[in-house]
Amino acid sequence: MIYNLPFITVVILIAIGMYAVIFKRNLIKIAIGITIVESGVNLFLIALGYRKGGIAPIFTNLPPDISPEKIPSKMVLPVPQALTLTSIVIGVAVLALILSLIIHIYRSYGTLDANKIRRLRE
Amino acid sequence: MNYMLHLPALIIALPLFAAFLTPLIDRAGKKARNIFVFIFMAITFILCILLAKDVFNNGIRIYVMGSPDPTETIPSQAAVPIRIVLEIDGLSAFMILISIFISLVGLIYSFSHINEKGGKFYTLFLLMVVGMLGMEMTGDLFNLFVFLEILSISSAAIIAFETKRGMPVEAAIKYIVISSIAALFVLFAVGLLYGEYDLLNMAAIAEVMKFTNIDKIALILFFSAFAMKAGAAPMHMWLPDAYGEAPGSMSMVLIVTTQASLYALLRICFTIYYQHLNIIIPSAIIILGLISIFIGVTMALAQEDIKRLIAYAAVAEVGYILLAIGVGLYGILHGEIDKYGLRALQGGMFHIFNDVLDIGLLFLVAGGIIYATKERNLNKLGGLAHSMKYSSILFLIGLAAVAGLPPMNGFASKIIIYEAVYKVSPILSIIAILASIIMLAIFVKIFHSVFTGPKLQEIKEAPKLMLLSMIIIAALIIFFGLFPDVIIKNIVDPAVKSLIDNLPYISKVMGG
Repeated sequence: MIYNLPFITVVILIAIGMYAVIFKRNLIKIAIGITIVESGVNLFLIALGYRKGGIAPIFTNLPPDISPEKIPSKMVLPVPQALTLTSIVIGVAVLALILSLIIHIYRSYGTLDANKIRRLRE
Repeated sequence: MNYMLHLPALIIALPLFAAFLTPLIDRAGKKARNIFVFIFMAITFILCILLAKDVFNNGIRIYVMGSPDPTETIPSQAAVPIRIVLEIDGLSAFMILISIFISLVGLIYSFSHINEKGGKFYTLFLLMVVGMLGMEMTGDLFNLFVFLEILSISSAAIIAFETKRGMPVEAAIKYIVISSIAALFVLFAVGLLYGEYDLLNMAAIAEVMKFTNIDKIALILFFSAFAMKAGAAPMHMWLPDAYGEAPGSMSMVLIVTTQASLYALLRICFTIYYQHLNIIIPSAIIILGLISIFIGVTMALAQEDIKRLIAYAAVAEVGYILLAIGVGLYGILHGEIDKYGLRALQGGMFHIFNDVLDIGLLFLVAGGIIYATKERNLNKLGGLAHSMKYSSILFLIGLAAVAGLPPMNGFASKIIIYEAVYKVSPILSIIAILASIIMLAIFVKIFHSVFTGPKLQEIKEAPKLMLLSMIIIAALIIFFGLFPDVIIKNIVDPAVKSLIDNLPYISKVMGG
């Protein structure tokens, strides 16, 4: 059960984020919702990468009590961590773009209410 | 250096390099910048042709990033492919040919009307090209996500390019919200697959795929995300806004970016899950296709903005592609591949190219009209044929092609689709033909209201570069219509072959 806690958190985070994206009308809150979904997904990747008893694949910091032939099986392939870092960087770029678009929206529409920003639907 | 060996990496690296150099070159003047961007795009175009030719002749090409030997997919210390692998088979080669060709024509068109802030525009444009080509060449799921995000970010910024009008920003924010959520779904699905198999390579996952419940969830996430990005109704609501508000040339290039997502959908269904698919997926694709055709055509009837109208027609065209692919997959699952499955896939793949040519030409002409008259409302336009003779002829060609009239390319691929679909269910075929007829009616109405009638105002013909790019597309439309067999045999068939058999794709990476 305790090992499932991160995954439960992931589901809760994604649900909160999706709620904000779907039901909130303020554009800033929608942007926040996207960020929360993204944190949920990132947490999911990190939680996947956890291996009980594994060590980081850095050879200079090897604990002295591990025999050399056991090293490869103890070391964890750091792919999920690398994925998460990439995903965080991409997330920042997306967030920056969304916020700058919101600034432009506010300039030309004078509101952040998604229901009032509907010149295209007329 | 053997440049042929490094072609796949160069195709991604060159536009990326040019993208970040463009703002610098922009300081030297408009002309220098345009020539610089054009030269890099032309080189990329040639490299893509070389690569595609090599793939069509010698089979799948593979390129391992960061490896001393670019063909060594599985390093000696590891049991599975751990490096990023670019894998180009017939399908990828077909898609990169379309993408780079359309982008090049779009670039020529852009030179005539992008004057302000041009440095930024071409940076975004080149990043878009990088995202597209990367998505279509990569053999790695996470890499697919990264290129998808590069594509989404740059296209959102391009859609919002004319910020002063306000509406493009609204379209862009819709687009970026939807595509970033879709991309996060993709990432979540990638995480699910990684958690189960400890693999990211598509070929490696396809080999060990067990189709457990987790895989099914991942399939649903991939499917919905990519179908949404491909613009299939009822997830199409962002598409008319995005296509309609983008700068003139970029509406056409945006079509190929959505087709990159369509490619990802095909890659997921036909490569990773191919051996495990059941009847649900083809049925879902067929239903999405029908809804897209129906919604696209009916909504197009009600539009007053010329570019939005064409965008709804684009939704309908996506529907035809999905219908054909769904029927093809249905045929494969029922063991009737020779009877109609192969034919349907041929029609669908051919229609991918025809869709972007037809709708693209209409978008280009519409861009020219908007450039010349500064007016997008169909009710306020009229009598343009007096002063825009070439544009009106080109629009007529696009109209005939989109409605599927012979001898245009639209006819060549739609007749194959009708024929194959008819063997599964005549009703589907009848719906498709009816939609085509309604499309003809809509576009004849537009032609009538925009080009005929008395002269309303004194305007100039579209600039020469615009006309040049329109003529290139129109020439291809007629060529494809007159000689469909040449195209089908040379570039469509390799794509279909890689769709119906995923074993070469897997064995090229995994060996044996």
